[in-house]
Amino acid sequence: MKNNRRTFIKLAGIAAAGLAVAPKALASSGGHSPVKANPKGLHATQWAMVIDTTKLHTEEEIAKLAEACHAIHNVPKIEGHKEVKWLWSDTYAHTFPEQENPHLAEEVHHRDFPLLCNHCENPPCVRVCPTKATYKRPDGIVAMDYHRCIGCRYCMAGCPYGSRSFNWGEPRKNLDLSKLNPEFPTRMRGVVEKCNFCVERLAVGKMPACVEASEGAMVFGDLNDPDSEVRQVLREKFTIRRKPTAGTEPCVYYVI
Amino acid sequence: MKMHYGFPIIIGLVIFIGMLTAPFAVGTMTKVYKQPELKMPVGEKECIESKEFMREQHMQLLNDWRDWALRDGKRIYTNHAGKEFVISLQNTCMKCHNNKADFCDKCHTDAGVSPYCWDCHIQPEGLK
Ligand code: SF4
Ligand code: SF4
Ligand code: SF4
Repeated sequence: MKNNRRTFIKLAGIAAAGLAVAPKALASSGGHSPVKANPKGLHATQWAMVIDTTKLHTEEEIAKLAEACHAIHNVPKIEGHKEVKWLWSDTYAHTFPEQENPHLAEEVHHRDFPLLCNHCENPPCVRVCPTKATYKRPDGIVAMDYHRCIGCRYCMAGCPYGSRSFNWGEPRKNLDLSKLNPEFPTRMRGVVEKCNFCVERLAVGKMPACVEASEGAMVFGDLNDPDSEVRQVLREKFTIRRKPTAGTEPCVYYVI
Repeated sequence: MKMHYGFPIIIGLVIFIGMLTAPFAVGTMTKVYKQPELKMPVGEKECIESKEFMREQHMQLLNDWRDWALRDGKRIYTNHAGKEFVISLQNTCMKCHNNKADFCDKCHTDAGVSPYCWDCHIQPEGLK
């Protein structure tokens, strides 16, 4: 052991001396990082989603998507105020309060609208998070590092869409432990959680689970790529976004 | 100057120090520290890095893994021998170390540390 430590210190000394005379480029490369993205993964500069509410608007249809999402992400089922949700539904008036109009087509007023985190281009939740547990990735996904969340709930106050849930209790108490997805973690008490745009699926080349389950009513792609499927739909159909005056630039678009 | 009560004071001090250090003396005499015996994976000979590296630095490695995967979106790790692994505690580490109680817990209990990895990550034995 002693010998090892001595050799190590010797080698470290030699390495330090080497660094001192190394060409500048090498020294400033910040060390080599032995990691890379999965070549099979899907990449974008700003992921976005378009939901066609003419095709998808009943409570049952949306509940099915929520079930798919909640099952793979081990989201606990809790009734009432302590509810935890990644994908849910609500009425037109609650979804688009700024675009409400008493003479809107009855049928639109009777629809339910699928809701999830909008992965805003200008996300207030990121700005207010004191620990950087919530952050915006280079591909536009507003992600959370649950390891760092201290449960201060600033992000919940910051989000104008109610997209985040707080784990008031031990989430595992409200999960069927025999039906967990063993590939994905659960969360712990005292952290906030929300939809992650299925970043773990994109990383292996799969589309988000809700998009896959929606049978074509939802499309997903790169907002900055003029040839992407989302841009195609945005070009052809009239779409609205939630609470545009909040200035958050939501990346979930609704075909009405 | 002559020290009054010198003898009783010295004796008292000796007894006092003896009592103070007794638990350590008895402890080292009766118990030899033994490293915990871990159950190694059956099918695998090598971990993602050398045994010494893993023993000393698995916590730093996991810390780096987390940031690389979550923040940088880089989920493939190339080890010092050039072999690639998917960055995931639950889906890479625990696929080989398929018994948390026989592997992780052994040293953690011994060292008196209780990392909270398992508050979220699902151990291979499943949750009960
Ligand atoms: S919808 Fe809310 S939680 Fe999601 S990115 Fe926007 S502000 Fe943040
Ligand atoms: S609750 Fe967690 S994610 Fe939200 S602002 Fe606080 S630390 Fe950040
Ligand atoms: S994108 Fe993924 S995480 Fe978000 S609501 Fe859909 S299935 Fe759930």
